Amino acid sequence: MKNCEYQQIDPRALGTSNTRTSTTLKLPKNSQRLRRKWEVFPGKNRFYCDGRIMLARQCGVLPLTIGLIFITSGLFFTFDCPFLVDHLTVFIPVIGGVLFVFVIFTLLQTSFTDPGILPRALPDEAANIERQIDNSGSSTYRPPPRTKEILINDQVVKLKYCFTCKMFRPPRTSHCSLCDNCVERFDHHCPWVGNCVGKRNYRFFYAFIVSLSFLTSFIFGCVITHLTLRSQDENGIIQAIQDSPASVVELVICFFSIWSILGLSGFHTYLVAANLTTNEDIKGSWSSKRGEESGNPYTYNNIFTNCCVVLCGPMPPSLIDRRGFLPPDDAPQTVTSDTELPPFMSKNDANMCTQGTKELLESMAHSTVIQSTCAPGTPKTAPVTQESLLRTVSITVSPPNRPHSTGCSGRQARHPIDVSCSQKGNKRAALHTHKPMLHVPSTPYSHGRSPLTLSDAPDMGFIPLN
Amino acid sequence: MSSAPRTATERTKLPYCHESFHNLQELRHSASLANKVFIQRDYTDGTVCKFQTKFPSELESRIERTLFEDTVKMLNNYYAEAEKIGGQSYLEGCLACLTIYLIFLCIETRYEKVLKKISRYIQEQNEKVYAPRGLLITDPIERGMRVIEISVYEDRGSSGSSSGSSTTSSGR
Repeated sequence: MKNCEYQQIDPRALGTSNTRTSTTLKLPKNSQRLRRKWEVFPGKNRFYCDGRIMLARQCGVLPLTIGLIFITSGLFFTFDCPFLVDHLTVFIPVIGGVLFVFVIFTLLQTSFTDPGILPRALPDEAANIERQIDNSGSSTYRPPPRTKEILINDQVVKLKYCFTCKMFRPPRTSHCSLCDNCVERFDHHCPWVGNCVGKRNYRFFYAFIVSLSFLTSFIFGCVITHLTLRSQDENGIIQAIQDSPASVVELVICFFSIWSILGLSGFHTYLVAANLTTNEDIKGSWSSKRGEESGNPYTYNNIFTNCCVVLCGPMPPSLIDRRGFLPPDDAPQTVTSDTELPPFMSKNDANMCTQGTKELLESMAHSTVIQSTCAPGTPKTAPVTQESLLRTVSITVSPPNRPHSTGCSGRQARHPIDVSCSQKGNKRAALHTHKPMLHVPSTPYSHGRSPLTLSDAPDMGFIPLN
Repeated sequence: MSSAPRTATERTKLPYCHESFHNLQELRHSASLANKVFIQRDYTDGTVCKFQTKFPSELESRIERTLFEDTVKMLNNYYAEAEKIGGQSYLEGCLACLTIYLIFLCIETRYEKVLKKISRYIQEQNEKVYAPRGLLITDPIERGMRVIEISVYEDRGSSGSSSGSSTTSSGR
C-alpha cells in the first residue's frame, strides 16, 4: 500500500532525527505499539473505548443523574403504568418510554461528546505569539495579562491570552479550570453531565434539559393522576399511598427536580433566543451597563434565526484528533512520564506536576536540538513531537502560573470528590471541595476563570444547598 | 490515500501522508526548515472561520502576493461554505434532532465533506504552487483552525531544487 511505503520511507529519508531519538532512548521502533493521541492528551479528560468516548476527569454527579433518571422511570413503569394503562390509555407508557429514551440518549451524548476543545498551541506557534507580544513591551518579570482587542461587527471585543494553552483565545472561548481545556463557545461546566458544555454539545445539552423537563412533568402528572384515581377507588388518599409507596418516592423526586429543571430550560431557552452563553450572561459581557453601544455582536437580531443557528446550525468537527496515531518517536516520552506519576493520577494527566523540572529541561533541550537540525516529517508527525515539547514547555512556565499550581494542590482536594462521586446524594461534599477553586488569588488573568465555577451554582439550583 | 482530515472511518487508519510528499522528500534532502509563518484568524465577521489575507512580510521574496491571497481567499470561501446556515444545514439539524442525533454516527455531515475538499485543495496548492517555491502549507485543522501555518524552507546546498525562484517551478 502506498501509505505503508511512505510511512516507512519517511523516517529513513529524514535520516538524523529519528535514528538519533531511537539510539538515545534505546527503544526499538518495530516492537512499539503505535499510541493514539488521546493517550497523551494534556487536558484533564478521561477516554474510553480507545478514544471514542471522552468525559471530564471529574465525573461530577453524572452517576447520580443517571441513577435518578433510571430509578424514577423504573418505578414509574413498574408501579404506576399498570394502573394507568388499566384506567386510562396504553399511550402513557409509550410516551413515557419515548421521553425516557430521548433523555438518556441526549444525556450520554452531552457527556461523551467533545464540547469543542481547542488543542493547545504548538511550540512554534506559541513562540511566534510570544515574539509579537514581547515586541510591544518588556517582559523580564511575569507579564501582565495579555489581551488583544478586535472588532467584531463594529463592536470592540477583548481576546485574552491563555497561559495554559499558549494562545489568544478566539472570541466566546473560555478556559475551563476543571477540565484544563479551552472550550469554544464555552457555556459552563456541568457537573450533572460530567462534562463542559460548549459549541459542539450545546444542542445535546439543550435537548437533554428540555426532554428531561417533559419527562419529569409527565411523570409528576401521571403519578398525581394515579394517586387521585386510586384514592377515589379506595376512598382515601392514605390508603392509596400505602398501596403504592413507590409513587410517593417519584413524587418527591419529581417535585424537587421540576423547579430546577424547568427553570434551567427556561433560562437556556432565553440564552438560545438571544444567542448568548451562560458565561457571557453571568459576566454581563453584553449588558447595557456601558451604554447603548454594547450589545451582543453575535446575535442575528431575530429570535427564530438565533434558535436555528444555535440548535440546527452546522456541526463543527472535533479539533482534537483523539484517535489519530502518534509516531513512534513520541512514545518514549510518555513512557517516562507514566513511571513518574503517583498512583492516583491517570496516565492521561499530562500536566505532570510530579515530573522533575530538570528532566523536563533536558528533554526539552533534546527535542529542540532534534527539531532545529532536521526538517520535520509529514505534517502529522511534526506536531506530535512538538506536542511533547509543548508539554515540557507548559510545565516549565507553570510554577508562577497560578492555574497549574492550583491544579496540583487542587488535585489533592479533588481526590475526595472521586470517592464521594460514588456515594449518591453527596452533592454537598462535591460542592464544598469545589470551593478551593474559588479561592484562587485572583490575578487579572484568572479573574475571568472563577466565574466559571461560580456559574455552576445558579444553573443547577445549588444556591439553596449552599 | 487522501489527505482528508479525521472522519470517523479514517481515524482508524495510520497517519496519512500527502501524496505530494514525494516531491517534498526531494525538498527536504536539499532544504531545511528555516522559518514558520502563521496566518491568524480574522474575527471581524464573528466566530466564523476566516483567515487574514494580509500578506506576511516574511514571504515577500518567496511567493507572489496574488497567489498567496488567492489561496487564502479560496480557503475562506470553503470555510464559509461549510459553516453556511441555510436550508441544507437546517434540514440536517432537524433530522439529527429527530433521530436523537444518532444520525451523526452514520452519515458524513456537510462540514466534514467540505473539510475533505479543503484538504484536497491544500494538497494541490502545495504540489503546484508552494513546494516549487520552498513553502509548505499545513491544513488549519491540524492546528485547531487557529492558524494557517506556512513552513519556509531554505536551501542547504547551492543546487537545491527548492530555491524558490519562479524559473525552477515545475508545474502550476
